[in-house]
Amino acid sequence: MLVFIFRRLLVAFSVAITVSIVSFMLLHLSGDLAISIAGPESTAEQVEQIRIDFGLDKPMVYQYFDWLWSAVQLDFGRSYYFQDTVMSLISDRLPVTLTLGGLALALATVIAIPLGVIAAIKQDTWIDRLALTIAVIGQAMPSFWFGLTLIVIFAVNLHWLPAGGNETWQHFVLPAIALGYYAMPAMMRLTRTGMLEVLNSDYIRTARSKGLNESSVIFKHALRNAVIPVVALAAVELGFMLGGSVVIESVFSLKGLGQLAWDAITRNDYPVVQAVVLIIAVFYILLTFLADVINAMLDPRLRVR
Amino acid sequence: MSDSTSTVSTAASASTFLPEVPEWRRMMNRFLGHRGLLMGSIILGLIVVLAILAPWLAPHDPYLQNISQRMIPPVWHEKGSWEHVFGTDKLGRDYLSRLLYGARISLTIGLSAALISGLIGTTLGVLAGYFGGRVDAVISYIITTRLAMPVVLVALAMSALVGGSLQMVIILLGLLLWDRFAVVARSTTQQLRDAEFIASAKVLGASTTYILVRELLPNILSALIVVMTLEMAHAILLEATLSFLGLGVQPPMPSWGLMISEGKAYMFFKTWVIAIPGIALMVLVLAINLVGDGLRDMNAPEGRN
Repeated sequence: MLVFIFRRLLVAFSVAITVSIVSFMLLHLSGDLAISIAGPESTAEQVEQIRIDFGLDKPMVYQYFDWLWSAVQLDFGRSYYFQDTVMSLISDRLPVTLTLGGLALALATVIAIPLGVIAAIKQDTWIDRLALTIAVIGQAMPSFWFGLTLIVIFAVNLHWLPAGGNETWQHFVLPAIALGYYAMPAMMRLTRTGMLEVLNSDYIRTARSKGLNESSVIFKHALRNAVIPVVALAAVELGFMLGGSVVIESVFSLKGLGQLAWDAITRNDYPVVQAVVLIIAVFYILLTFLADVINAMLDPRLRVR
Repeated sequence: MSDSTSTVSTAASASTFLPEVPEWRRMMNRFLGHRGLLMGSIILGLIVVLAILAPWLAPHDPYLQNISQRMIPPVWHEKGSWEHVFGTDKLGRDYLSRLLYGARISLTIGLSAALISGLIGTTLGVLAGYFGGRVDAVISYIITTRLAMPVVLVALAMSALVGGSLQMVIILLGLLLWDRFAVVARSTTQQLRDAEFIASAKVLGASTTYILVRELLPNILSALIVVMTLEMAHAILLEATLSFLGLGVQPPMPSWGLMISEGKAYMFFKTWVIAIPGIALMVLVLAINLVGDGLRDMNAPEGRN
């Protein structure tokens, strides 16, 4: 098990480094940063000055290692636009995004697992079909549009909840619903297929034939096994939601990491963009690593690979 | 090859004394018997026809502005008129015409992005699955790295640098969405790598390229088509998201995401300006997903869960 964890950790670390190289290259190769920072009305001398000031005249490999060396010490430089260091901007915003992601995931799980279980038990009945319909609609609805619809219904017409901001817990309800509904269908489907598979297996037949009552068969025997892949998926989904929160945060004017990335992107504030991409990637890598470890702990067969 | 299949089927029908059902009829029956697939295909087909015929069907020029005809509500509204069935936008452009032309944008982007990413992902996945070993290790690593990069953020940052346009969105999404193709192509290739027909092609002296393209590819194609539908839907939703955030397709093009973004300021009192393009998006993605789910069931009827 320790060898497994160590090997996975090594892969996770090198993936993080690769992501940092790729995102660095993508930003530096898709345009002249000095011109973008200087803006369209600047003279050639001003562009040159910016190139020197920001170290953009040095070779790219040098720039990368310079940046990476600071980044591993959690120093991402200063923002071009905000009068602050990138690190303090990120540590201000990260809690909001993590709260949103955590709430959305909790909401998705609380709905997806029971719904998936019921759908599997009552396979091919109207409950099953309703659950699948809810999932299919969730997969088809653009999350930003669902967010706007929630604002129109619950904030503007019913006045139940605020439309935007992040001052109180009420501000997180609608964004968490919008983001959670986006993550829910995949988890619901996986719970349902997992349950169906388990319910048809031999050990469940044995459990039934020795006279256990149905609820103990389902909750004590079936659910425990069906839920393993869902736990792993949940970790991965959280990673996706952190990346996708840029859309929801912009719809609900939540001042989180996504909003920060969005502001930075529209203002050519590359140190911030780079740092946010890397941090979200690292979160995703950590979460998939965790998912792998959880899976391996619950299912020893996976440790061999 | 064709000889042997026909002898088998004649033998089977002779032994059961039942009239032979041709292959296409059986496919047709399964197609018609699958409610989701049938419904999805009809809706998708209808949208495709509407998009192709947009220049003849659209009652107005989708770009024609008319300041005296601004924000006319749709026909079911008491102030609506048949002149503008879905009303007009803030610049007096006919909403129905824009919606019809917008379908062209969504479908073009969905199809082209899915084709580009399909080409990249299938190539990588087939190579990894067929050669295994070190090739597999390298390609799996590339897939893991790609999965760790937050798609929405990277796409936003890149299109901010390169400048949003229809072509840019297609290329960006094509370069970002190949992961699922690679994963599916890899695992299906692994299953077929040691199959007899591959071995016999090798014995006959066929080149590796021939084996991969002519022998292997046709056999994993049905799985790839299912992925293709999913990625089309994915690309359409991402285009709408990018355009909604102002970094995708640029005005005055009638992208549905852009229409929602332009209507956002009016949504509180004129809900239909965001409701109509949003519902259009949802119906299109829903139809594509239904087709994808249905095709998957047809490929593997035993796994209909």
